[in-house]
Amino acid sequence: MPDEAVWVMILKSIVIFIVFLQIVPIILLGERKILGRFQSRIGPNRVGWRGALQPAADVLKLLSKEAFTPATAVPWMMAIAPVISVVTAVATMAIIPFGPVGAWGGDWGLFGMDVSIGILYFFAFGSLAFYGTMLGGWSSGSKYSFLGAMRAAAQLISYEVALGLSLLGVVMTAGSMSLVDIVDAQDSMWFILPQFVGFCIFMVAGFAETARAPFDLPEGDAEIVGGYNTEFGGMRFGSFFMAEYMEVLVISAIAATCFLGGWHGPGPIALAPLWMLIKILLGAFFFMWVRASLPRLRYDQLMSFGWKVLLPLATLNVLVTAIVLVVT
Amino acid sequence: MPTDWRSAAKPVPRGPEPGGVGAVYRVFGETLRGLKTTFGRVVEGPVTIEYPEEKTPVYPRFRGRHKLHRFEDTGLEKCVGCSLCAAACPAKCIRVVAAENTPDHQVSAGERYAAVYEINMTRCIFCGYCEVACPFDAITMGNDYELSDYHRSDLIFTKEMLLADPPEHTPLRREGE
Repeated sequence: MPDEAVWVMILKSIVIFIVFLQIVPIILLGERKILGRFQSRIGPNRVGWRGALQPAADVLKLLSKEAFTPATAVPWMMAIAPVISVVTAVATMAIIPFGPVGAWGGDWGLFGMDVSIGILYFFAFGSLAFYGTMLGGWSSGSKYSFLGAMRAAAQLISYEVALGLSLLGVVMTAGSMSLVDIVDAQDSMWFILPQFVGFCIFMVAGFAETARAPFDLPEGDAEIVGGYNTEFGGMRFGSFFMAEYMEVLVISAIAATCFLGGWHGPGPIALAPLWMLIKILLGAFFFMWVRASLPRLRYDQLMSFGWKVLLPLATLNVLVTAIVLVVT
Repeated sequence: MPTDWRSAAKPVPRGPEPGGVGAVYRVFGETLRGLKTTFGRVVEGPVTIEYPEEKTPVYPRFRGRHKLHRFEDTGLEKCVGCSLCAAACPAKCIRVVAAENTPDHQVSAGERYAAVYEINMTRCIFCGYCEVACPFDAITMGNDYELSDYHRSDLIFTKEMLLADPPEHTPLRREGE
């Protein structure tokens, strides 16, 4: 990794932060529109041109609402819980590579930083993100929030293992944990072909990590009101909401990096970020597609699926990959 | 009963037992089937009718807002104030006060006419009995269903309102369409 000037790094951080903050409203509107299409309806089309200002209206509404704290809650924890969720989601974005060093000239790459432990970094912040959920649920002082937080904790423990093992095959094949090296290793063939099982496991576990349908038990709005964010109002709820969509982007980005060839695509190398963005948005579209299709799992199904199916399958995948790598 | 229902019962066809290695494979296939089903809805396109802009067409026999009629040639009202509609009305929402026609004040074709003819739309159940009861076809059910208003008193339709053409026409569709 070449040493970069401080101003380049600062500039890159700002650009990444701004770009991802701007993608969230687009995803928000996109999800409502696409979910509508999946359900044979149109989706929001009243605010602005074809509903283009709907996210702005949503955020304005949330901003004008009261940040209510129940009497049984721990106020300062309720205040920091959404912050943790957002910060961890944005921090993971720093390591997503959008292009190699020198893609747009200069001696700097189109990524926040190239950490040698990229995958571990992603897992570290993925686990930290659940502290936002758990603190938020526990500190609300409400039984439904507490149930949601406990579900979130159990779900994290069950699926983080499979998530880690599913990426292990990729790490072994590429011989590096750095996301830039992993993308470089997919020059000739995307890892989705040799690691198809790993890809499937990663996507399923990714759905559980982001707590989105069909694994949205921590929210479970039909059973436990709103789960961990029941007691949150105004922009605090908005932050949780935003963090959820950012995590969708993060999982899509990691999937694109590790399995779909990252920035690789036809055309000159300067188009690298475009390909990466297209792959991320395709991943996000898949998240919405699944949300429109599959019903929520029962809690015991979630647990038995994680431990009895995903974990053995991921372990087997790692074993087979290791044997293949040693033999060839 | 002479039939032994136990032996007569047919076994219900059931799917495979849940669980096991085969279940994993089946779940994968069923998941893909579910995804295909929802994607089919995208291909079909939305079925939404954006109501205030486009209205659902109604059939000609749809029973909506009432109309009172005049003779087209003479312009005289068909209603003779007989109150049969009010008598037939199960919701008791029609009020008729009849008055005598005079040679210099000929309102209807008969001897008498309806001086007051009111239908309380908040009570009307749109059963169409008034239409059936009327001996002169003076009152019929129209096709308009947009009858909401801000005040209940505005929903008591007077004779002038019922005689006049409705402000907006509801689109019609043919029978069997």
